[in-house]
Amino acid sequence: MSAAILTATASDLGRRIAARELTSVEVTRVFLGQIKRVDADVHAFLHVDAEGALAQAAAVDARLDAGEELGPLAGVPLALKDLFCQEGVPTTAGSQILAGWRPPYSATVTQRLLDAGIVILGKTNLDEFAMGSSTENSAFGATHNPWDLDRIPGGSGGGSSAALAAFEAPLAIGTDTGGSIRQPASVTGTVGVKPTYGGTSRYGVIAMASSLDQPGPCARTVLDAALLHAVIAGHDPMDSTSIDAPVPPVVDAARSGDVRGLRVGVVRELSGEGYAPGVEQRFGEAVALLAQAGAEIVEVSCPHFGYALGAYYLIMPSEVSSNLARYDAMRYGLRAGDDGTRSAEEVMNLTRGEGFGDEVKRRVIIGTYALSSGYYDAYYGSAQKVRRLIASDFDAAFEQVDVLVSPSTPTTAFRLGERTADPLAMYASDLCTIPSNMAGNASGSFPCGLAPEDGLPVGFQVMAPPLADDRVYRVGAALERALGGGVLTDRIAERWTAGAAPDGSAPDDTARDRAEEA
Amino acid sequence: MDDLLTYDAVLARFDPVLGLEVHVELNTASKMFCGCDNTPGGEPNTTTCPVCLGLPGSLPVVNAHAVESAIRIGLALNCQVAPWCRFARKNYFYPDMTKDFQTSQYDEPICFDGWVDVEVEGETFRIEIERVHMEEDAGKLSHVGGGTGRIVGAEYSLVDYNRAGTPLMEIVTRPVRGLGAKAPAVGRAYMAMLRDLMRALGVSDARMEAGNMRCDANVSLMPTGTAELGTRTETKNVNSLRSVEAALTYEMRRQGAILAEGGRVVQETRHWHEDGEYTSPGRNKEQAEDYRYFPEPDLVPIAPDPAWVEELRASLPELPARRRARLQEAWGFSDLEMRDVLGNEGSLDLIEATVAAGAPPAAARKWWLGELARRANEAGVELGAVGVTPEQVAQVQGLVDAGTVNDKLARSVFDGVLAGEGSPEEVVASRGLAVVSDDGALGEAVDAAIAANPDVADKIRAGKVQAAGALIGAVMKQMKGKADAARVRELLLERLS
Repeated sequence: MSAAILTATASDLGRRIAARELTSVEVTRVFLGQIKRVDADVHAFLHVDAEGALAQAAAVDARLDAGEELGPLAGVPLALKDLFCQEGVPTTAGSQILAGWRPPYSATVTQRLLDAGIVILGKTNLDEFAMGSSTENSAFGATHNPWDLDRIPGGSGGGSSAALAAFEAPLAIGTDTGGSIRQPASVTGTVGVKPTYGGTSRYGVIAMASSLDQPGPCARTVLDAALLHAVIAGHDPMDSTSIDAPVPPVVDAARSGDVRGLRVGVVRELSGEGYAPGVEQRFGEAVALLAQAGAEIVEVSCPHFGYALGAYYLIMPSEVSSNLARYDAMRYGLRAGDDGTRSAEEVMNLTRGEGFGDEVKRRVIIGTYALSSGYYDAYYGSAQKVRRLIASDFDAAFEQVDVLVSPSTPTTAFRLGERTADPLAMYASDLCTIPSNMAGNASGSFPCGLAPEDGLPVGFQVMAPPLADDRVYRVGAALERALGGGVLTDRIAERWTAGAAPDGSAPDDTARDRAEEA
Repeated sequence: MDDLLTYDAVLARFDPVLGLEVHVELNTASKMFCGCDNTPGGEPNTTTCPVCLGLPGSLPVVNAHAVESAIRIGLALNCQVAPWCRFARKNYFYPDMTKDFQTSQYDEPICFDGWVDVEVEGETFRIEIERVHMEEDAGKLSHVGGGTGRIVGAEYSLVDYNRAGTPLMEIVTRPVRGLGAKAPAVGRAYMAMLRDLMRALGVSDARMEAGNMRCDANVSLMPTGTAELGTRTETKNVNSLRSVEAALTYEMRRQGAILAEGGRVVQETRHWHEDGEYTSPGRNKEQAEDYRYFPEPDLVPIAPDPAWVEELRASLPELPARRRARLQEAWGFSDLEMRDVLGNEGSLDLIEATVAAGAPPAAARKWWLGELARRANEAGVELGAVGVTPEQVAQVQGLVDAGTVNDKLARSVFDGVLAGEGSPEEVVASRGLAVVSDDGALGEAVDAAIAANPDVADKIRAGKVQAAGALIGAVMKQMKGKADAARVRELLLERLS
């Protein structure tokens, strides 16, 4: 019973809860039990809000018992990246500088989840302020990849992707600035979508780089991701960059999966040197499957994609340097060295020195430099020009094709510690994902099998024009069906759910809270 | 204390150049980027929210009404309105800044390239406006325990973020040259003009003493006959019109003394001390702070619809300069008379209201600038707060015109009105102030005066009509001022011709 709940899809759980075959409380208890059982090994969560989750679940049950009609995911538990404010619940962004902070308000996405009756189990681990590709930059310890605990779960949203792969939650939320949803999805064999920039609200999401950040859904199946996308997307007057347009028909697209006649462009520049053979092999097979399903495959060139990573590492840190200025010890979070002898400026310096990790400092310093007078035009200014060229590459490509495809990341999950000493190698993880952030279009990563050489998941990226998010799901659903053999993560289901208590026994009330212990 | 050159000596050798940066707090209902109440004051940190507190994750949304106010200000200052502009972030760390950057505008202001004329002693000066841009105010720091209220020596500091996020307009002039001795007065007149303009537009209370309108006064001196600008200083904390003039004068004299001795003026921010009437150095700007401006990525660009801008232009209220010209013409005041009016704070509105209540313009001006200005001055209050309404002034004048009271009695009427004895008519009745024009009573007094002053009577009989004044005075004295002087004169001349 319990294992069946853990491995069920979110849409199935939602249907059974709505039909009152299951209660939300019972489902929530099963997942809280799983977290308690496995998270010591995985470390997907920074904070488990057992009490809050059970209260939310009970409220949903009461509404359903009263005959209220709720959405398709009502009562289904979810893991929330610890970058989203949730009123009263610790929110750290993976940083010591915010340890212990409880926001007095909720992000729009958080609120929409709660309004839809989705139960928030807790907050998941991430690289500090979402800066990284492995979660190793978290101030509270790395997350482990459920496919191989010695390997990274991707980043920055590794907590969310690992929680899905270890069956600790059927749904998760991430944010994607340069690939933080798609690369973790790729290396954990799960689904992750970065909506069109402006498609989901950033209000209440702790900012890394404002012009690039975008919240999005994470799940084990394409339909589950689409259902979640539909819950969180749509115009928000609290976010000026939010698009005031109808949400693209993502759920219909995920249910359809019909790619007949769809023109699919394979990006020439996102292959070759640096790409693992198993990645290229599985990617090629997936393209062939789409062709078999009726898609028209062409090769497309995007000549400026090669400059995307360099431009990204100027624009992103520039915005970071400004967005992270507010962590100054004056109003909330860590305050270091305030012993009554020091000036406000000294306390600011000491706090930022102590509270930020190395990668955050590196980006703040790079960004400060790039925006400095005398350097602005050469760095920030040039990078913005490159950004426009990347967008024009997409525009030209989308005149020929309906979607673009590539591997989601050049390699499968690397080992923990393998790239921590080499930031440039770490940055290369986002080579394929960054162009979509620079242009603001929709993009998702879908499982396309295991690399023969290491047996680890390979991700297939689908990129669509702004506001054509439904095409991403259409192709993802087509691929999911064509691959056969069921959902990829089912291959490790036995390992992670064997031994789950048959009654889904509840965790005790002292839910672990690593962020606060730390 | 600084060495100062005399003002005349400064002007003998140098030409002053002004530059004024004025911040105006808008009186919009909500703040610049959030829905918080924009009413100033209140219990500290009560009109705040995640956005104006800069909490992690919060995002700004532009107040459309503030944009409208900015455009209207720009139009009133004859500016171009940008078809497309953006906000920018000005990055610096300070505890009154919730985000440690100020959301402002940098190289893309909403309005630019304007001008406005100000008048000083009959001479008109054109001030060119470089830009009008939108930004947000910071919180308010108070330093506790140091005695002086300043940060040096304070035990601790408190921050009130109620003001954080208040919409601010920054209005910047181009360097203003060719003002000569009138430079400080032009600075003051410009501020008064802006204040009146803000009030006419209804966009700000524009009270300098309340900090609604703040002036950073830049001035430099260049040797007469040269064209190269000198080094300027920027004086802050100039909180009244009078201080603008005084601070500019002080800086001209201080810089003049330095330059006269071959010294070098330091480019810096200076602080105006209202009490001692001097400036002292503030932050040294020689090493300009690098604010790392870049376009605000959390806000979309502003592209005002040209049709909307034209609507705003068409619906601008009558602006102060135009209104003054119209009223001067309608009232038939000479330039000198009008200058007196404009030199008396608030008198223009009061005269206009008095005329509207039925008084002739000249009479309205006479009362407000004479008798009532004197009383306001004695009481140490603004003219508008003197305690007499324009309607009452018009009523008093009506009594004068009807011959019920003369000017002298009218002053007593004002006494009664101010003492709360009721309307002017009621005061006249209760105090028995009406002039006596009854020939019986007057005739007796006239006869008595002639009898008491036979010499004067003889002179008048001999044709020296101007001597009648002495006898009229005697009658008035006898009648305790309540005689109708014109009728007394007639009766006198009847009897003595």
